[in-house]
Amino acid sequence: MIEAFNNINNAFCGFLHINPYIQGVVVLLCINVIAILGMAVLTGFTRLFSFGNAGFMAIGAYCAAILIVRHSVNFLIAMVIGAALAGFIAFLLGSLTLKLKGDYFLITCLGFGECVRVLLNYFKKFSGGSAGFPGIPNYSSMLFSVLCAVLAFFVAWRFIHSKYGRNLTSIRENEVAAEAVGINAFRYKRMSFTFSAVYAGWAGALFAGYMMYVVPTNFALNKSIELITTTVIGGLGSLTGSVLGAMLVTLLPEVFRSLSNYRMLIYGFAVVLIIMFRPNGLYGYKEFSLKRLINRFKGKPKTGKEAAS
Amino acid sequence: MTDGIKASAADSRVTELEDRVLLLEHKLAALESKDPVLEMQHVEKHFGGVHAIDNFSVRIEQGQIHGLIGPNGAGKTTIFNNITGIYAPDSGKIIFRGEDITGSSPSRVAQLGIGRTFQNIRLFANLSVLENVIIASGKDATYNLPQAIFHSDKYKKREKQINEKAMNLLEIVGLQDKANELANSLPYGHQRKLEIARAMALDPKLLLLDEPAAGMNADESLELVEFVREIRGHFKITILMIEHHMDVVSNLCDYCTVLNFGKTLAVGTPAEVKSNPDVIKAYLGGNE
Repeated sequence: MIEAFNNINNAFCGFLHINPYIQGVVVLLCINVIAILGMAVLTGFTRLFSFGNAGFMAIGAYCAAILIVRHSVNFLIAMVIGAALAGFIAFLLGSLTLKLKGDYFLITCLGFGECVRVLLNYFKKFSGGSAGFPGIPNYSSMLFSVLCAVLAFFVAWRFIHSKYGRNLTSIRENEVAAEAVGINAFRYKRMSFTFSAVYAGWAGALFAGYMMYVVPTNFALNKSIELITTTVIGGLGSLTGSVLGAMLVTLLPEVFRSLSNYRMLIYGFAVVLIIMFRPNGLYGYKEFSLKRLINRFKGKPKTGKEAAS
Repeated sequence: MTDGIKASAADSRVTELEDRVLLLEHKLAALESKDPVLEMQHVEKHFGGVHAIDNFSVRIEQGQIHGLIGPNGAGKTTIFNNITGIYAPDSGKIIFRGEDITGSSPSRVAQLGIGRTFQNIRLFANLSVLENVIIASGKDATYNLPQAIFHSDKYKKREKQINEKAMNLLEIVGLQDKANELANSLPYGHQRKLEIARAMALDPKLLLLDEPAAGMNADESLELVEFVREIRGHFKITILMIEHHMDVVSNLCDYCTVLNFGKTLAVGTPAEVKSNPDVIKAYLGGNE
């Protein structure tokens, strides 16, 4: 099955003359887009900050990898199980911690992410330890990753534009008022957290199939921070903004390869600049809409004419 | 000929049935009115050594407007917070339409049919006026996650209904032209109205208004009195309100309870309460 997918991908890329380097960049982009969509739902729409989503990526990645390599499970099923396991663990963690007010949730997530990484290092027999877990077949072809990202965006979009998204947004805006109109804030926060973990697990499983080899350091605190900064840069409360953020954060380092040592430094500057000049992010609280863009182009000459007459 | 007789017989049968329905409706209304919408029995709440509410009891009948008055710190908002589940009372019972809601969570209380507004307005500030009302219609959104993702017929139907209902509510409070504006861009009086419209989207049986006339001048509070009356007439709803403006209370309330330092000073119609010497002493000016 993997071969079939890869053959289609190769035929497609061969037809369009897309070289393997570009393919790799697109796969990475898709992985980031999926993980960041999850963050967007959690941080942008619910205003919960998690510094532990790299941990959920690790769970998705290792779960899929182990199922495929050791138990020869079909990669699609392995990916679904990986994402579901990440979601399940988030559900349990959320049940324990989301009733806490203030920053405790953030700290728990931070601790959780680090725990996952340390445990993966420690249980060598299970995960390969710090040497990593090798031998994963390459199933994250470009075409497949793009399909996953499109599906992830579609589902997140519909989720946000239904009562679920509305209820999450109301918690972000005013939790007391949300409760007063019958929204069980705890339940919806947990749902949001689970949603973001499923997406992180999904992204992790794709990542494993792309790298063909996973190490715990792939999913260190840095990765979690990268996910959060990307969401903030792209724009809180906007799915399209988050995709834009993911593109910037994935593609710019590829363009400026020579500056890769200063990556975290540049992230820091970018976040500070954005907080100063565009506190809602590049596309905060708005979705990109072609209609609005066209109207803007149409609208300008109109006002010009009116001014002239 | 026989047709005519048949028709008249059918007509009389219909009127007879209609009469019976009317009679049953009256009986039902009578039965309902016997049970109070809200009953609080000996509710107490302490914060450390402070008795925020001391042995508070109240009975609010169907369709009444009941006022809670008293100086600052008398425990009025604490009573609201006890009803809506923000605090659990230390002792006593709160019964809403026959159901014990003592210590229920705020969301549960709202789902049961108690809508509220806040002393310092709490809207979903960065959302549109329409969205503010739509969010409160959550109980009408009976679709599940897959139905939302695949946009099933049920999803479309429910969303359409919710939208129409929200627009309808905005029309009733006179905000239909501002549906797409941001809630925090509205002037103060409109924000108050929007908060009431949002509470009404719950289809509540009881509406709690926390100082609806706060920060309003005499004209504006007069307008508010009319507005609350309209709402009551339109929805046949029971209202419990906290209010400082004595003219608003005398104009609107059927009954009121006067509190001072958590203790109930007097209960009665606004006129009775106003002439109560204890109330005059504590509330309308103790030094005179």
